Amino acid sequence: MKIHKYDTVIVGAGGAGMRAAIESTKRSRTAVLTKLYPTRSHTGAAQGGMAAALANVEEDNWEWHTFDTVKGGDYLVDQDAAEILAKEAIDSVLDLEKMGLPFNRTPNGTIDQRRFGGHSRNHGEAPVRRSCYAADRTGHMILQTLYQNCVKEGVEFFNEFYVLDQLITEEDGVRKSAGVVAYELATGEIHVFQAKAVIYASGGCGKFFKVTSNAHTLTGDGQAAVYRRGLPLEDMEFFQFHPTGIWRMGILLTEGARGEGGILRNKDGERFMEKYAPVMKDLASRDVVSRSIYTEIREGRGCGPEGDHVYLDLTHLPPEQLDAKLPDITEFARTYLGIEPYTDPIPIQPTAHYAMGGIPTNVEGEVLADNTTVVPGLYAAGEVACVSVHGANRLGTNSLLDINVFGRRAGIAAAEYSQRTATFVELPENPAQLVVDQIEQLRSSTGTERVATLRKELQETMDANVMVFRTEQTIKTAVEKIAELRERYKNVSIQDKGRRFNTDLLEAIELGNLLDLAEVMAVSALARKESRGGHYREDYPNRDDVNFMRHTMAYREVGDDGTDSIRLDYKPVVQTRYQPMERKY
Amino acid sequence: MATPVLDKVEAEAAASPYITVTFRIRRFNPEVSAEAVWEDFQLEIDPKERVLDGLHKIKWDLDGTLTFRRSCAHGICGSDAMRINGKNRLACKTLIKDINPEKPITVEAIKGLTVLKDLVVDMDPFFQAYRDVMPFLITKDTNEPTRERLQTAEDRERFDDTTKCILCAACTSSCPVFWNDGQYFGPAAIVNAHRFIFDSRDEAGEQRLEILNDRDGVWRCRTTFNCTDACPRGIEVTKAIAEVKKALITRRF
Repeated sequence: MKIHKYDTVIVGAGGAGMRAAIESTKRSRTAVLTKLYPTRSHTGAAQGGMAAALANVEEDNWEWHTFDTVKGGDYLVDQDAAEILAKEAIDSVLDLEKMGLPFNRTPNGTIDQRRFGGHSRNHGEAPVRRSCYAADRTGHMILQTLYQNCVKEGVEFFNEFYVLDQLITEEDGVRKSAGVVAYELATGEIHVFQAKAVIYASGGCGKFFKVTSNAHTLTGDGQAAVYRRGLPLEDMEFFQFHPTGIWRMGILLTEGARGEGGILRNKDGERFMEKYAPVMKDLASRDVVSRSIYTEIREGRGCGPEGDHVYLDLTHLPPEQLDAKLPDITEFARTYLGIEPYTDPIPIQPTAHYAMGGIPTNVEGEVLADNTTVVPGLYAAGEVACVSVHGANRLGTNSLLDINVFGRRAGIAAAEYSQRTATFVELPENPAQLVVDQIEQLRSSTGTERVATLRKELQETMDANVMVFRTEQTIKTAVEKIAELRERYKNVSIQDKGRRFNTDLLEAIELGNLLDLAEVMAVSALARKESRGGHYREDYPNRDDVNFMRHTMAYREVGDDGTDSIRLDYKPVVQTRYQPMERKY
Repeated sequence: MATPVLDKVEAEAAASPYITVTFRIRRFNPEVSAEAVWEDFQLEIDPKERVLDGLHKIKWDLDGTLTFRRSCAHGICGSDAMRINGKNRLACKTLIKDINPEKPITVEAIKGLTVLKDLVVDMDPFFQAYRDVMPFLITKDTNEPTRERLQTAEDRERFDDTTKCILCAACTSSCPVFWNDGQYFGPAAIVNAHRFIFDSRDEAGEQRLEILNDRDGVWRCRTTFNCTDACPRGIEVTKAIAEVKKALITRRF
């Protein structure tokens, strides 16, 4: 075991982690621990753009953006945070441009902007061009630009280091972050990083679904590490299903395709979104569009022999426009489906995409131990966190914005904290014990369960029971199945017993994280007896502001006999300017 | 709405015709043996699936010790460049039906970088070459503009091709010059230098050209076009290298 000491440790090197690292490295001695090489992050898969009311192509302002974010989140958004997001969006985009990001340009040389779902002029009047973009590779360009600037700033990376545990020490009755424990993939060695401040920026957990746009590596490692140490997870029942994933594969096809004029059609060729969202049509918010697609499918208007998908039609758009604005997604259709988007519509279905919930933080990125108490030295930003700027449903282009605004804020706040804090929090006794035991247990287990089998069963039950439509019955089925899988997980064994690049072992650990988070998600969903944003209960089809205008806070409790359970609590929503209204597009 | 192509795609998908294929994989694990060996695996697979899906079937159902890097599974993250039937490709962007499943499909690590285990290579020298070309925007502005820098659509287009790089190393590890001399910067680093040299906002082109004028720089390129063939993003790598060479001669860019 090796012990390292840094002022600030950042867990994850995607958009949020690297944006934080650029700030933190300027101010404090910083280490970035990342399970993948930095440019492998799934930030790079984001396509359509980053919202900011630059008003480069038409009238716009940050107040309209704030309103759209609050409405898009079905009023579960903390409005003070949404206001920061929309205000700081403008400088965030300009900062990236100054760092070198190659945005598409308008004829007069400024950053070009296009339409995106849920973004409107003057509180819902009509779609507005707010998304700043680089073809359909905006996430790729952000990731590359941030990595380039990390190289420039000399950011210190520990590549292929998996953070498996969060260390917490109690001092004078206050739980403080002491550091993290990491596993080095190349050697199997365990490292303890003692740090004054730790920032989690480790991304989402979408791999507990089967049809998902998420990378294989999005397994909620950060959320799970913090949750297992008794810290809460907020609003985990809210998961976004992106309307346009490639049929059966789930690969993302950007909403920018509809922003450029693409149309969703059912088997009769009907533009069905006109029925569900008369004003915004195909550019209604994602939860609305995904539900509409499944309604079409359920009512027998789905396409193909099994009627299990609909079409994204781009055939009326000029090929030059597709080549210039949507080159990657048209190539995906050719590569994976053998379809030519110039002439054929693309079969699509909703795909699990984004966790609105996560580790609760305030607007400075400080992690909360309960509704109000900050954990000194612990920060989170990006998809792993819940500020909450996305509420019950995130607007497209607000996640690339989130990672930049709150990645930057967390980086500054954490580095300033470690600069003004003179001493390190003492490490717990045997700091690596939990990780050592976990790894030894998995490596020596002779159990009969296989990781791949359990993961497949988990993904199937999540797709069947807690996807776009949910009922008490389906969620209970999921809760029971997850409990069974968690029990069987104790009997899991791996084939690779070696130390060197043992990805077999890490997949087993990742499955454990997914199982814990799936349980939190299902239990939180069961208790929320209303429909709001991405959480739709067929048995409670209306939003219930009287009983559920509040954030869910899920805590892990361990009984005297060592068994764990979930305790749910609730946190008020911050409302400033906007009173809840019925949500129509 | 239906078109003939679409009808065919949907009907084939519904039919799911599984076939039996052999994956012939170059295995190496220094914890077990100092020698690398070929190992065959037979599996049932839909020909429309990816080589990566085949590798996962092996790892998940047959042999958990098989080791490779992957993440996004659709050609964006650059983790899974490997040598498939003798050519550098991304495993997640190569469909079984496109590489003749009648014969064994050979899969081995990319060349020119040290193999650490099975299909995993040491990427550090690759990223070091990247860092050496100063891959970040450099400007001499004493006063930063308050708004964005202006750039015409034509100026933006000038370096569009090289912004697509995902640093997968398929190009560099397909280059015979790089195989023989790991000191050569390699195509990927030159592509990333090109991305800044031809960006109208950048003001350090001269310095980057000087770096690439080195003994191990662009002049080592023998224009075999392996890199262009290997690039999963369709970047015209050899052309980019030629443009850098030309800029060095004329010092105009």
